[in-house]
Amino acid sequence: MPIKFPFSRRRAGPADAWTKCPSCDQQVFNRQLERNLRVCPTCGHHFRMGIGERIELLCDEGSFVERDAGLTSVDPLQFVDQKPYPERIEAAHAKTGLSEAAVWGIGSVDGHPVALGLFDFRFMGGSMGSVVGEKVARCLETALTERIPAVIVAASGGARMQEGTLSLLQLAKTTAPLVRLDEAGVPFVSILTDPTTGGVLASFASLGDVIVAEPRALIGFAGARVASGTVGEELPEGFQTAEFLLEHGFVDLVVPRAELRATLARILRLLPVAVAGDEGLLDGTARAWGPIGALSGFAERVGGAVSETIGIDAQAGAAAGNGNGSREHLAEPPAEAGERR
Amino acid sequence: MTATNEPMTGMSLPAEPPALDQAAIDEAWRRVRLARHAQRPRTLDLVPRIFDDFCELHGDRAFRDDPALVGGPALLDGRPVMVIGHQKGNDTESNIARNFGSAHPEGFRKAQRLMRLADKLGLPVVTFLDTAGAFPGPAAEERGQAEAIASSIKLMTGLQVPIVVVIVGEGGSGGALAIGVGDRVVALENAVYSVISPEGCAAILWRQPEAAPTAAAAMRMTAADQLELGVVDRIVAEPGDGAHTDHDRTAASIKTALREELERLAGLPTDQLLAARYARLRRTGPYRELGEAPVEPAQLPSLRRRLGRILRLPGVPRRPRWSEIWPSGEAATDDEEGA
Repeated sequence: MPIKFPFSRRRAGPADAWTKCPSCDQQVFNRQLERNLRVCPTCGHHFRMGIGERIELLCDEGSFVERDAGLTSVDPLQFVDQKPYPERIEAAHAKTGLSEAAVWGIGSVDGHPVALGLFDFRFMGGSMGSVVGEKVARCLETALTERIPAVIVAASGGARMQEGTLSLLQLAKTTAPLVRLDEAGVPFVSILTDPTTGGVLASFASLGDVIVAEPRALIGFAGARVASGTVGEELPEGFQTAEFLLEHGFVDLVVPRAELRATLARILRLLPVAVAGDEGLLDGTARAWGPIGALSGFAERVGGAVSETIGIDAQAGAAAGNGNGSREHLAEPPAEAGERR
Repeated sequence: MTATNEPMTGMSLPAEPPALDQAAIDEAWRRVRLARHAQRPRTLDLVPRIFDDFCELHGDRAFRDDPALVGGPALLDGRPVMVIGHQKGNDTESNIARNFGSAHPEGFRKAQRLMRLADKLGLPVVTFLDTAGAFPGPAAEERGQAEAIASSIKLMTGLQVPIVVVIVGEGGSGGALAIGVGDRVVALENAVYSVISPEGCAAILWRQPEAAPTAAAAMRMTAADQLELGVVDRIVAEPGDGAHTDHDRTAASIKTALREELERLAGLPTDQLLAARYARLRRTGPYRELGEAPVEPAQLPSLRRRLGRILRLPGVPRRPRWSEIWPSGEAATDDEEGA
């Protein structure tokens, strides 16, 4: 019979002071985990992160302002269940302090203003119903009207079953604004965190101009259990991980959490919102990336990170200048080609 | 959750809760079984009966031809349209060949290719939905099933030609919506449309797949329910005991509906068509909007505030940080819902 010590180490502190890392089985002190951006100090396993900490990770201090906090779900199907849908929402609210599985607002990342949407998997599996879909759509539409990049941090099991096909149609509702962002020249950065599956991955989350994922995050269309259960096949090693998607060409970058903010800032710097304006559209300089384009964008960006933008533009222009002359001519708007000659 | 008298935005709610008695469950399940009936007319049964001169085009120009999704140009009353639909089989052999109507990514990419062609030439698009869902296997994941569905949806939301969607049998989840975004959505009387299969819903929510009939009723997936919810615009009556009893008459009814719907859309200028399609998607799904003040942005406290907080000086307000308002908390369980 095993001997039980009455004062074992486990009992020394409160039960929730330690978390066992699911990857390396080490006990991690919770305070240490928080200080380390919820990444296991031993093996680098990325624990799931709540919306609050994510905002602090990505946004300049004090810059984030939530929008549309008053949107709440209704029960359109009067969904019959052992636990009614409104009670499930109430329980999730009590657990997380959130009113829904997603939050959106305006913040800045290294001085770049962005429309930022975030998901919390603990709120009913981060599932997307009408309210979550509405928040994502408003986030993207505001990026369009304010002409600032959109950034969405996804963590979701998919569409919310309790709202039936109305949730399914949120896939289309959240995707439709992306067509307008394309036309307006406003970039959208999608950040995929553990886990992003189902309907959220099968809509806006897969359609980022740049898609960034966190290491080892579960990302896939069907849950791994569904996939193996349906087909009865052995799943390949590392199936549906961020690295798997990177290898197959569906993710641009896999970035450790400690570098996420710097990477996002870099993307925002390299892929600025296209210069708007009717005269630009007419003479072809609307999307110019040479000095002229940057200067014509100057007026719009006063107060922003102008010097950085010009520096990068100049480099890009010089690089193109070294290339084949005819290609350069084709690639550049006429006004600028004249300027260089 | 507060106040109930707040003005509603989005769609109006159904007035009465569904009475989920045994009769309702039986009725929902009867429709699901009819929608899945082995002799139900498939896309390639209907197309020759509705259209003239259908010319099936093959392949996604990147990987292979997916037999679970078919399409090509055809004539409706002498006018060319682009027809795209899921294709199930009618027996075991043909079902295996057609992968039971569950498309791989290349199927959706073929659909996109055909839609772009329709867009280029100004042909209206007609789609037929009949799938249990997109194929969830490892090969489909490897080739980007989610991306294929997402980009199909995106393409349809911006397509500059009229789109009429016909739900013929099962409208199963993302695999159906991938060719199911339209200006008008028509459903056969015994068709069903759902965010997840009733078996999947019952398995995830209640861990008992045999409760599928209850899930079918709870999700309100019948054509009549979908009409009430505003997801479907029009229901096409089926002959006799169901579409499987008479393919000719079923096709004739669909043809009448298509003719009228395309006629209605043909007169609209492109910008109005696209604006109406966007508005239709945008208003989908009801919610309550309270005039609630947004949560205050939190700031890292200054030295004075930090000292003040430690020393508990009066007049130093405690401003919470975002991570205190919405903490990360304990690890979430993996069995949370989502489809």
